[in-house]
Amino acid sequence: MHHIVIGAGPAGVTACDTIRDLDPSARITLIGGESEPPYSRMAIPYLLVEDIDEQGTYLRKSESHYSERRIELLQEGVTGVNPQHRSVTLARGDTLVFDRLLIASGATPVKPPIPGIDSPGVHSCWTLADARAIIERAKPGVPVVLIGAGFIGCIILEALVERDVQLTVVEKADRMVPRMLDEVAGSLIKAWCEDRGVTIVTNSGVAGIEKDHGGLTVNLENGDNLPAGLVITAVGVTPNIAFLAGSGLDIDQGVLVNAHLETNQSGIFAAGDVAQARDYSTGGYSVQAIQPTAVEHGRIAASNMVSGESVVHQGSLNMNILDTLGLISASFGQWMGVEGGESSVLLDEARHRYLKLQFDGEYLIGAGCLGHTQHIGVLRGLIRGRVPLGEWKGRLMKDPTRLMEAYLGSVLGVS
Amino acid sequence: MLRSLLIDADKCTGCVQCELACSFENEGLFNPSKSRIRVFTFHQEGRFVPYTCTQCADAWCMQACPVDAISIDADSGAKVVHAAMCVGCKVCTIACPFGTINYNSATGKVIKCDLCGGDPACAKACPTAAIRYVDADQTGFERMRVWAGRTDAGSSATA
Amino acid sequence: MSWAGKILRVNLTEGRCLTETLNHQWAQAYLGQRGLATKYLVEEIDPGVDPLSPDNKLIMTTGPLTGTMASTGGRYSVVTKSPLTHCVACSNSGGFIGAEMRNAGWDMIIFEGRSAQPVYLYIMNDQAELLSAEAVWGTSVWQTDEWLHNRHQDPMLRIAAVGRSAEAGCLYAAVINDLHRAAGRSGVGTVMASKNLKAVAVRGTEGVGNIKDPAKFMRAVNAAKQVLADNAVTGQGLPTYGTQVLMNIINEIGALPTRNMREVQFEGAQHVSGEAMHEKRATDSKPNLTTNAGCFGCTIACGRISTVDKGHFSVENKPQYWGSSGGLEYEAAWALGPDTGVDDLDALTYVNFVCNEDGFDPISFGSTLAAAIELFKIGAVTTEHTGGQELRFGSAEALVWAVEALVKGEGFGKDLGLGSKRLCEKYGHPELSMTVKGQEFPAYDPRGIQGMGLAYATSNRGACHLRGYTVASEVLGIPEKTDPLVTEGKAGLVKAFQDATAAVDSSGLCLFTTFAWSLEDIAPQVDGACEGEWTAERLQEVGERIWNMERDFNIRAGLSAADDTLPKRLLKEAANSGPAKGRVNDLDVMLPEYYALRGWTSEGIPTDATRQRLGLS
Repeated sequence: MHHIVIGAGPAGVTACDTIRDLDPSARITLIGGESEPPYSRMAIPYLLVEDIDEQGTYLRKSESHYSERRIELLQEGVTGVNPQHRSVTLARGDTLVFDRLLIASGATPVKPPIPGIDSPGVHSCWTLADARAIIERAKPGVPVVLIGAGFIGCIILEALVERDVQLTVVEKADRMVPRMLDEVAGSLIKAWCEDRGVTIVTNSGVAGIEKDHGGLTVNLENGDNLPAGLVITAVGVTPNIAFLAGSGLDIDQGVLVNAHLETNQSGIFAAGDVAQARDYSTGGYSVQAIQPTAVEHGRIAASNMVSGESVVHQGSLNMNILDTLGLISASFGQWMGVEGGESSVLLDEARHRYLKLQFDGEYLIGAGCLGHTQHIGVLRGLIRGRVPLGEWKGRLMKDPTRLMEAYLGSVLGVS
Repeated sequence: MLRSLLIDADKCTGCVQCELACSFENEGLFNPSKSRIRVFTFHQEGRFVPYTCTQCADAWCMQACPVDAISIDADSGAKVVHAAMCVGCKVCTIACPFGTINYNSATGKVIKCDLCGGDPACAKACPTAAIRYVDADQTGFERMRVWAGRTDAGSSATA
Repeated sequence: MSWAGKILRVNLTEGRCLTETLNHQWAQAYLGQRGLATKYLVEEIDPGVDPLSPDNKLIMTTGPLTGTMASTGGRYSVVTKSPLTHCVACSNSGGFIGAEMRNAGWDMIIFEGRSAQPVYLYIMNDQAELLSAEAVWGTSVWQTDEWLHNRHQDPMLRIAAVGRSAEAGCLYAAVINDLHRAAGRSGVGTVMASKNLKAVAVRGTEGVGNIKDPAKFMRAVNAAKQVLADNAVTGQGLPTYGTQVLMNIINEIGALPTRNMREVQFEGAQHVSGEAMHEKRATDSKPNLTTNAGCFGCTIACGRISTVDKGHFSVENKPQYWGSSGGLEYEAAWALGPDTGVDDLDALTYVNFVCNEDGFDPISFGSTLAAAIELFKIGAVTTEHTGGQELRFGSAEALVWAVEALVKGEGFGKDLGLGSKRLCEKYGHPELSMTVKGQEFPAYDPRGIQGMGLAYATSNRGACHLRGYTVASEVLGIPEKTDPLVTEGKAGLVKAFQDATAAVDSSGLCLFTTFAWSLEDIAPQVDGACEGEWTAERLQEVGERIWNMERDFNIRAGLSAADDTLPKRLLKEAANSGPAKGRVNDLDVMLPEYYALRGWTSEGIPTDATRQRLGLS
């Protein structure tokens, strides 16, 4: 059986390892579009601050990992998929035939439609190549404009501050990380960053980027003009689906998959940032584009590729954790709450601490927090395990910090 | 046979000797806030519950790690964080449904129980045998593992 | 090493927090906690100061082993000048806040002045700030604890607070930490409240390192833990029955003060004993005792966690008392039980909860109530004073009424807050007050345990069992058995216990370890952790230095040999039953010998030679 996996990110690499674990005799081909060994984009911010070298970003640290596990690694673009012929067309023109295919081609940063966006000195921060270009330009004192204060913008933000640039962040929405945390948390993060010398402009888009002698000028919709030695865009990512045009695969925002992470074409699966799969909380199908979901998809898809429809994907829980200049925030599931639900909130603005739990009946369904780092995994355990809280519901309504006790009490039956 | 920590909360007095032993073994100082095992107090119920990583087979933390910094120790079966490789992204801390891998802001890395290489300091320090290191199939984590299983987005179609 | 080396000085008048370096020379001479903080206090305040004025200071202090893995190494003390005794006060508590202070990097906190508004001190490692406590002024310790945990969103925050009794000026208010551990005696909580300081909330994540020789220290710690485990008292008696193991024993030897110390045996003792706490109640078939509990690092775990029967009259309409909380220790059980004649275990447990909830010393409260009941009995206090409540020995209803009246702080409840001495003076019968230097007795009748009479009379903080616990020798045979009814040799015994206790109280360890440990077990632990060479002999000498320093302060505060005495009842009225029947306490035989052994004049003043020998100025 020949398994082809398109995309050498966390979903693809996890899938290859899982296939090998389940089937020692399978042929596995992993196709990645970049020239480096498979690496983690999540590690790039740590590369930017030189905590690690490029090798430190690699998804598997052993140089011989792929050869030892007999995973054939191709570094090549893919231009098309033909379900009828069970084949994949590579950029150099040849085709490969598969028995099972996993599309884990990931996502690409959205390029905002701004005049001057292609000027030299304007970069996204997505690939190792981008990282090298940013390191080259982000020198101490250089004015840098970061467009977008979403999750990705925020993880780069810290790295830029540590590189001692003169940073301005421009965000179109009314707050930072608008799709991860509520207004209270977003505003606290903004204040935190401003206290640390970062200029944050919210409620403003970028009208255009102009090149002038020696640098760039970023013109904001609010009328301000910012000089910049480097402009970084981080306004979101979009699934890499262009190469699937005409393939007959069902595509919406991403590649639509069923409860087995299989597409509408038998034997073809999708996983990770490209897959539009079930969201645990909403029951709907969406592109989550987060690391834990990519890994979960990769593992489940691989199981089904090897042994038929053996594993059902119940839906992944959307969750994020972010460290913004030392202020750690996290969100889980339906952090915004649901109609008819209840919430429990603690806020200490002066010390940047915030905890908000969302309940639906006796179940925890979502949470958002700032400044809480210990044992927060139980938020996932409580939400995803759909643990009936019983009397702990009332106790958490009164004091949401008693999460760990609620988990132990509900699961181990301590009380 | 692999061994693991068996916790009998009924015997615990909440003295936190385990936390002290753990932090001393791993950090070189007495610091409960950096302990890999924690005792939770249920004041109303008069209960003390020591709690740490179950070294679960699912290894959520290990799977979620984007840089291969967590691996299985072949001798003890423990899931071990390699501090030199950990970048401090904290994804494992939200991935672990037990809440037993935690970020240490002092080092910028995560910490979790590694069974002290097969000779856990907490079990040796416990004055009441509430924490013991025994053959793996004796441990009382089964009930918790059932819930852990429900954390998995994937479940067997035949189950 | 292994002191943190850092002191936090909080000027409440000015609202400032300052960091100071610990005086290491003093640390070598006074070790830590009780000794070292008292040294700071006596250097910094005028002994004649009004204890409730801004000029008094209040010190929260740890020992060098606090926060380490040494068994019981979680102790802290509150040191100040007492409003109850006008002597130096040092009240020791376990729980977790002491270790948290060390984990945050502090050896001690010195509070001075008085805040204009109610405040609390919040410490997060090296950050300390005074914040408004307006929202919790007038609330209980438990409410304050909950409010602070919520406010800071931190379940691990360790909190010490004062309750409504302290705010209302009850002279024996305690500082309660971790909900039910108390720096209980001598009114240290009253001083804290007088400074408008409602609480101290600490979180420390830095840890305690700084151990001189970690390998040596851990060897000593492990050996000493084994000694505790192998000892019958610390390995079995205390974990099973807590200090309540003593109730039946002390009753049998005829040394259980009963009904304001009029008698020495209580017919209801077995109903309120440690054994009784294990018995299932008829109503809900649950025992009073839920579990035993350890303080930070403690491998003994004598602490009691108890519940009250939900149907008991004291709590039947009060669900806030239905959960488990800190249960009866021996001294509290005695003061609330035998001394008031009440043998209702549920009532005692409820009243003990309230003592923790609102922060006051159950020994002083029970003893003061016992005096009030006797005053009522002779007609000096009437229902006119009490607003209609009858006070009778043996009445659980009266006990419950009294504790609630004290919390309210009005009418006769306010009188109860005066303590036994002032109450009996107010109602014209000072002879009915069972106190020394204004502080109420604990649970050992000195007619049946002669050495304790001398220990009480000479204790530097007034009547107290924790300044020289000769019960260990006279009753339990630790380190060797002496006859409780003879006076011979007791002066030396008391001195030895007093000095050793002062050293233990200065180390960060719990005095209860000394049921099993001698200074020979403690010295290697101190020596493994602390700069300098620490032997048992040196610890004994440090203890003697501390004792004399405290004595010196008290003398300068206006006390004299005339205060080294016992209530007339114990000197003149013979025990009426049991092995000690017919005996009074023969203090007059022991006291001169004690002064001589101490190297004091016949007036009880340390001689120049004694001062010089101990390096006291």
